[in-house]
Amino acid sequence: MTVEALNQRTARIDGELKVSGGADYAGDHQLPGMLHGYPVVSPVASGRLERLDFDAAMGAPGVVEIIHGGNFPRLNRSPDSMAEENKVGEVRLPFEDDQIHYHGQYLALVVADSFEHARAAARLVSIEFSCAPAVAGLSSAGEGREVDDEAVTLGEPARALAAAEVRIDAEYRIATEAHAVMETHATLASWQDDRLTVYESTQGVVFHRNALAQVFAMAPEQVEVIAHYIGSGFGSKLFMWPHSVITCAAARLLGRPVRTVLPRQWNFANTGHRPASLQRVRLGADRDGKLQAILHDALNETSPVEAYSDSCASATPSMYACDHVAVTQRIAEVNHGTPTSMRAPGEASGNFALETALDELAVELGVCPVELRRRNFTVRDPASGLPWSSNHLLECFDDAAGRFGWERRDPTPRSMRDGHELIGYGMATQSWSAMRKHCTARASFLADGRLSIATGTQDIGTGTYTIVAQTASQLSGVPLDRVEVKLGDSQLPAGPLSGGSMATASTLPAVAGAVREAIATLQRLSIGEGGRFEDAAPSALEFRDGRLWHGDESASVAELLQTLERGSVDAVVSTAPGDEQKRASFRSFGAVFVEVRWDPGISRLRVARVVSTIDGGRMINPLTAHNQLEGGVVMGLGMALFERLEYERDGRLHNHNFADYIVPVHADMPEIELVTLDYPDLAFNEFGARGVGEIGLTGVGAAVSNAVFHATGKRIRELPIRLEALLEE
Amino acid sequence: MRNFSYQAVERVDSAVARHTEFATSAFLAGGTTLIDLIKLDVMRPEQVVDVNRLPLKRIDLLDDGRIRIGALVSNTELAHHPLIRARHPLLSAALLSGASTQLRNMATTAGNLMQRTRCAYFRDPTVPECNKREPGSGCAALTGINRLHAVLGTSEHCVATHPSDMCVALAAIEGAVEVEGPAGKREVALLDFHLLPGDTPEREHALEADELITSVVLAPHLDSAGAHYLKLRDRASYEFALASCGVILALDGQRIGQVRIALGGVATKPWRAFEAEASLVGVVPGRESFEQAARLALAHARALEHNAFKLPLARQAIVRALETALDDAQGGMSPPARSDTGAGSPAGDSP
Repeated sequence: MTVEALNQRTARIDGELKVSGGADYAGDHQLPGMLHGYPVVSPVASGRLERLDFDAAMGAPGVVEIIHGGNFPRLNRSPDSMAEENKVGEVRLPFEDDQIHYHGQYLALVVADSFEHARAAARLVSIEFSCAPAVAGLSSAGEGREVDDEAVTLGEPARALAAAEVRIDAEYRIATEAHAVMETHATLASWQDDRLTVYESTQGVVFHRNALAQVFAMAPEQVEVIAHYIGSGFGSKLFMWPHSVITCAAARLLGRPVRTVLPRQWNFANTGHRPASLQRVRLGADRDGKLQAILHDALNETSPVEAYSDSCASATPSMYACDHVAVTQRIAEVNHGTPTSMRAPGEASGNFALETALDELAVELGVCPVELRRRNFTVRDPASGLPWSSNHLLECFDDAAGRFGWERRDPTPRSMRDGHELIGYGMATQSWSAMRKHCTARASFLADGRLSIATGTQDIGTGTYTIVAQTASQLSGVPLDRVEVKLGDSQLPAGPLSGGSMATASTLPAVAGAVREAIATLQRLSIGEGGRFEDAAPSALEFRDGRLWHGDESASVAELLQTLERGSVDAVVSTAPGDEQKRASFRSFGAVFVEVRWDPGISRLRVARVVSTIDGGRMINPLTAHNQLEGGVVMGLGMALFERLEYERDGRLHNHNFADYIVPVHADMPEIELVTLDYPDLAFNEFGARGVGEIGLTGVGAAVSNAVFHATGKRIRELPIRLEALLEE
Repeated sequence: MRNFSYQAVERVDSAVARHTEFATSAFLAGGTTLIDLIKLDVMRPEQVVDVNRLPLKRIDLLDDGRIRIGALVSNTELAHHPLIRARHPLLSAALLSGASTQLRNMATTAGNLMQRTRCAYFRDPTVPECNKREPGSGCAALTGINRLHAVLGTSEHCVATHPSDMCVALAAIEGAVEVEGPAGKREVALLDFHLLPGDTPEREHALEADELITSVVLAPHLDSAGAHYLKLRDRASYEFALASCGVILALDGQRIGQVRIALGGVATKPWRAFEAEASLVGVVPGRESFEQAARLALAHARALEHNAFKLPLARQAIVRALETALDDAQGGMSPPARSDTGAGSPAGDSP
């Protein structure tokens, strides 16, 4: 094979469209006769809606209709099933009752001839409500209820903990975090008879299509969901939110297309968030640091209308060699919008608690934190009892520690100084589970010689278009710029969600299968009647460099199709994981090292350096993979130092905008060095890729807090770490 | 956004005349505050008078050593102007520590003076209580989330901080604001321009109805002074100050001859710490005298539930800014009036 398209630092094939404004995002689309929706939301977090007065709003310029509980059609709740691929963000239908469950809950949608008119009129709607006491946050939510199927017990953890020579027992808190997507959520809905077409910013066109079909009692084939480009999702666009249902219903009611671009503020309330969590970790170890017991109890907030579990401790049993492990998960209702998966859901939060507790254990024992983790390395997954398919965590420790210069660390807190600044070094293990789902792809050789690939997954900015093209090019020999990739449309053969770091491992095998099948079909047709190599022996043919060869003779795809008088040769192939999960455990690991600098004279904390070495399987495209990992580190720094949704005493959101909800900016960025070990995990899929969307974020929070302890001598068990927690006078 | 009438004008007198035609008019310059607040439904002008075409874009050195800055000079141009960099490096540093490059390119000198508070309750009209927005309605910040609010110059009616960095430097430099209104031209001393909230927090400045700022005149710079602007904040850029301090310090032999200390992020208006300054004049500078000055500067501060940390933080800012300005005056450690904005990497906003 002369084309080497895999494992290459290939720039995004959609890059030019994106930087030139040519990429069409959901909110960019316009249809003839289109109207604009703007939501009216609850100004309080708890209570009852008594009355909406639309008189002034209906008389405002440009207003066509106001959609609300009084004129909203009867719809069906989605079954909300992951297995049936119709899971939604919030199962409660819009305007279902007059209960107010959280600040920002939709009460109506003003539809007008322009966005500005809709917004102006929305502010004229007068809302009468009665207030009820709100559960304002996790700290006042009580103990909640246990999520039964998430408890895991290995061995006898309580007994082992009691018997341990050294014990750590600490509580860790993480604030509610927002996905803070750059592209706001948007829906453009249009009905033609009994067909619904929806442009939506979604990480799952198939899930969204299925959910809408359930809600509107239609066959999935009657609904088309399109998301050609997505301007970041981070989990908030995995599952359908109510704005989409309201907009589709409004379009049907009015008989005209309706577009709702969700105002920035309500992207912070109505499209999920990483729930606040409170975790208790108890560790028992012997004097050498061998773990004897791990007990990890997690509690996360959920909303009154959805039981969302973040599964914070789900990775804990798999992390270290320990025979006695217990994890539990509880959820407690608060009057906030519904939480959902946010990048490295659960594991990012759980990792912070576990990896900080390990640092506390290392301090207690006087053992190097890296050495402590090495001593507890496990050659099999204690959770499943199965061996790792591919695990190079020890090499991650060595590689990252070496690059970072960990050997220069004086373990005594406050011992390393540079001018005004105290220097702290900290580290943590990184991890994310490997998942794969079924996928169907179509490969088509076109009459002009191009190869077209289509699958109903989507590119959320991570490079899926590009790696699909690379894979097709690699297997066919067709040059990259002659490969066309179609994603982001539910009419295409069904593809996976873009989430959980599973898109690459799920999609590429189907793409490869379809390309191979298309080549085989082309060969078979070409030796058949009327073919270019009629009656040639199959074994005498070879498809190479995008041409079919028979001895010294060859023909291009275009020629082959012309001879066959066909517009295209197509193949559709479905792939799914096999029984490999019964033979091995699949998980990515990494090690992250952080240098912080603390200037106690002016209470300034900054992260100066991050080094992370990742064992994530084969990198199909190191350029886009590193970009994802780097983005993960940036988001981890946000979690560690900046990001915090704040709620008032009565549960109202306080900082639902980009000025007051702060995320890291360029000036906060440290030097980030990322290394991927690139050991293919071939038992997982033929490309050996495990996906890298989440793992970069994990470990960063703990590594920062551990470095902060080393710099300052203060153990901060709450994220984000703000300067007042460290201020010294 | 509500509909409003829009007028673009070419002359100062016609700008003023137009402004008088509606009960609620607003001058539009860079728009970086006004347009936001209109979209948020906080400001609801019936008319917007676009003054961007007025001939107020010059920076001139006057015969007496003062510098006149046209109202429409952008923050970027002002920060990089050779006269400002040479004579008032504190102003340049303060400007560059604020906002982002794009905002500084749009924002103007007069607009920066007129910048409104970032108090989240002021900016959210669904919160009923805000005396600044709706006089007499109350103050949600007093019992709400007030981590970012002021500890100096507050009243029982308002605790909103003044957000500007530029104005902190101006408070230290001193000078005048030149305005023109229906009654003609007049001058307001810079230190008198911004008002304490008292029981009228809706009144933020000394402008009379329909008056337009035409220029800012800086007092002559102090000879051989050192200067430093230190801004402490939650992230390294594109963020308002939790506490900031601008210092101009001139030595007289081994002793402090003149010193100006201005504070931002902690007060309801750009703040001068006169008592702290007085305690330093004639003193041989040192850590102890700086700490004493810092204590005096915050002596009358009143903390709310979430912002008590601002007292020690502001004291730290004062001490470090004094130390760095002293170095600068001695021609020592620091490059002249380096902007210390917390940026940890050259990727920051500072040039």
